Amino acid sequence: MPLYSSLSEKQELIRKGNLSLTVNVRDFLSRIEQIKDVNAFLAVFPEKSVESAIEIEKKIISGKHGKLAGLVVGVKDVLALKNEIMTCGSAILQNFSPVYDATSVRKLIEEDAIIIGKTNCDEFAMGSSNENSAYGNVKNPYDHSKVPGGSSGGSAVAVSAGLCDAALGTDTGGSVRQPASFCGILGLKPTYGAVSRYGLTSFASSFDSVGVFANSIEDIFAIHDVIKGFDELDSTSVVSENSYCHDESRPLRIGIPVEYFDEGLATEIRHSAERIIERLKELGQTIIEVSLPNMRFAIPAYYILTTAEASSNLSRYDGVRFGLRTEKDGLLSSLYADTRSGGFGREVKRRIMLGTYVLSKGYYDAYYQKAQKVRRIIREDFLHVFNEVDLLLTPTTPTTAFNIGEKSENPLEMYLSDIYTTSVNLAGLPALNFPAGKDQNGLPFGLQFIAPYFCEDLLIKAVQLLNSDS
Amino acid sequence: MNQEYEVIIGLEVHAQLSTNTKLFCGCSAAFGAEPNTNICPVCLGHPGALPVLNKKAVDYTVLAGTALNCRINRHSVFARKNYFYPDLPKGYQISQFEEPFCENGFLEINIDGLEKKIGITRIHLEEDAGKSIHDQGWETKLDLNRCGVPLIEIVSEPDLRSAREAYEYMFRLRQIVTYLGVCDGNMEEGSLRCDANVSLRPKGTKTFGTRTEIKNLNSFRHVEKAIEYEIGRQKDILENGGKIIQETLLWDSESGIVNPMRGKEESDDYRYFPDPDLLPVVISDEWHNNIISLMPELPAEKIRRYTLEYILPAYDAEVLTSSRETAEYFEAVIRTTKDYKSASNWIMTEVMRICNETKTSINNFPVNPESLARMINLISDGTISGKIAKDIFPIMVAEGKEPEQIIKEKNLIQISDSNEIERIINSIIEINQSSIEEFRSGKEKLFGFFVGQVMKETGGKANPKVVTEILKKKLSP
Repeated sequence: MPLYSSLSEKQELIRKGNLSLTVNVRDFLSRIEQIKDVNAFLAVFPEKSVESAIEIEKKIISGKHGKLAGLVVGVKDVLALKNEIMTCGSAILQNFSPVYDATSVRKLIEEDAIIIGKTNCDEFAMGSSNENSAYGNVKNPYDHSKVPGGSSGGSAVAVSAGLCDAALGTDTGGSVRQPASFCGILGLKPTYGAVSRYGLTSFASSFDSVGVFANSIEDIFAIHDVIKGFDELDSTSVVSENSYCHDESRPLRIGIPVEYFDEGLATEIRHSAERIIERLKELGQTIIEVSLPNMRFAIPAYYILTTAEASSNLSRYDGVRFGLRTEKDGLLSSLYADTRSGGFGREVKRRIMLGTYVLSKGYYDAYYQKAQKVRRIIREDFLHVFNEVDLLLTPTTPTTAFNIGEKSENPLEMYLSDIYTTSVNLAGLPALNFPAGKDQNGLPFGLQFIAPYFCEDLLIKAVQLLNSDS
Repeated sequence: MNQEYEVIIGLEVHAQLSTNTKLFCGCSAAFGAEPNTNICPVCLGHPGALPVLNKKAVDYTVLAGTALNCRINRHSVFARKNYFYPDLPKGYQISQFEEPFCENGFLEINIDGLEKKIGITRIHLEEDAGKSIHDQGWETKLDLNRCGVPLIEIVSEPDLRSAREAYEYMFRLRQIVTYLGVCDGNMEEGSLRCDANVSLRPKGTKTFGTRTEIKNLNSFRHVEKAIEYEIGRQKDILENGGKIIQETLLWDSESGIVNPMRGKEESDDYRYFPDPDLLPVVISDEWHNNIISLMPELPAEKIRRYTLEYILPAYDAEVLTSSRETAEYFEAVIRTTKDYKSASNWIMTEVMRICNETKTSINNFPVNPESLARMINLISDGTISGKIAKDIFPIMVAEGKEPEQIIKEKNLIQISDSNEIERIINSIIEINQSSIEEFRSGKEKLFGFFVGQVMKETGGKANPKVVTEILKKKLSP
């Protein structure tokens, strides 16, 4: 077990000489090696991270250090780290090294965090089980026969299994919150645009967000605080002012959307939610039952819009300039076909085809345009509800982690495992998964708080409230 | 069976904007750099790289739209045009589909003295693709410098009725974009490119015939010749009872014919959708006003002003305004001289001739407008004759000297002193008595001989007016 429960404690231990950062990093490295079979990392940087540890340790002792000094971080392999291979979990990028750092990664490094490695994920962040990685699936640390969730499965497992202090993931439809739920840790999906997407390999540009995994809510806050903000390299990023999200003088009004507590929800998760609702009441907070009537359209709208964007975003992997190139007969058409047929996995190809279809002549209005309308309606539903409440509390996943292989032949069932998460991405809202219990088999699950735009601080406050002993 | 046909032409003109940097990244947009040197992760479409709009390109687009009488959409959207091609790194081109910056404008052209309005359907802003080089060995080479260079596509209504009208439209369009400074108008370097849609229909009918699209028209001459050719080709087919196939044709300037373009399918589906990496562009009143304040005086207004204010013939006004540089040169000259017509004459003849011969832009003409103006003033105040001026000017061009300096060095100041001229005339009369006899007995042609003698004696510096006056007096019996 770690000697510290948050970064500030860790820094204090290092400063006092009770913890050596170098030893700490070496411990992480050996643990990564020890449980290699969970397959959480695609690349580990032992020399570099030890070097950084020596340097940053000095800084911490001298008292002059960045905000995240000593934090050992895993980075999902869809985020660029300069001159290190970034595969995105795909064979098509097996030899691709970006020439720049993603803005979020750069900001971590600038604040003296240590990047220990790149974490495994579903290919191009498409998946809910981490079975779609070209580099093998990731195993749930609680039970190796179970999936860790996806697509940021490697990041979730790295934090859950104690392979690093925290990790960056990306959340397009639940890819931070769902694996966080399955692995029993905290996972923040920020407001769309709060964190720069520069250097994040696009899956669905209008949904993608850079999120954080950690064990302590304080660390989640500290990391998000560092990586957020307007970036001139990302036109869709925004200045996330600390908006005034809650009047401290009155209790929090927490909405419980009825649509999330349907028959598909596992009993143990339902009961846990009920207990937490009771606890919030005991803590003097106001619970209000609310409705998000158009929730049932979220999954279809999500899969139309994200695949449409993905079909276009993934066109650049054509074998011409970088990445895998398969060329059998020297013809341009077969260069494309061979490279892309061989380089992409099944799920990615499925989504490219789906997306190409919904953007095609004659189908655009019926699918893409209609789905955009649904997106607006869902956003309005949320805005409407946030007139009455400060936060929403919902389950993150309908079940705990499922078996490896259980849903991989049934894409529709797989898609439905995101049923509670995608609507948040359609609306672009921030949400946070927090561990809420374990089922009878000892598998963890979480619940999520959903907040209005840029009210990440409110999410953190709500979890802190639940953690409090009062 | 001598059916008469009406020709219907619409042009799609691509004008490369002369911004310093590309449309969505900070790379230089300059033409002619070493291949693949003006590139970065954004224009190469590397994973995770994102486009950031160059606002200057929006300024230029709106400026062009305003000059072409368009409605400016204050809310405009970039869309992705999806297709695979090796010189298109992202697999899509960032362009516009719905809500382009400019719509519903027109351009006036002049055909045989008649004004004709050609409708402009839309002007949208987009990024250029790279260049595929097929003629260097067996492999295709890629130069991606051009990737992301801003372009505007100006789409006309099918309002043009002949190859000449198309030529005239292109000419006016080029004049306007170069006046605005939004495009250098260089067709050879591909800054201005044109595709033409051509169809024929029996005269008097209302429905359009099947059209073909001709690509690769990279000079004014080619626009006219290719359309002329295509009209003939379609006429032949129709007259022989054939049908026009809707297809894309490539103009081959060497053989002077069009060829069907291969490799691109008939029914392209570009799957346009709004680019989620870019926000809709909202042009505020303030931004709009700033753009409009950059609007220069356009050729049509200049022509009006030159004919009214400077009383120049329409022909002069047309020639002087043919390019913004020429007009600016003229306007600089007449800041120093009020002899507008002389200024116009000198520019239209000497200046433009030398520019053409030496292939230099008037911007780099060695004689600055002030010097030319002072030379013109020296003629009008009688300091030098027009003839002397014609001798001085080449020296100004060649040596960059000021007119006053040349006149002084070569002692070319005109002799207008009647006493001096009379003295010279007297000496000439003395030695040419027999000629005087002949003149007086009716051989009036000899008057010119005497003028010539005076000029010879004075090295051409004698004021011709004074010489004629005195000679007339002296020679009369």
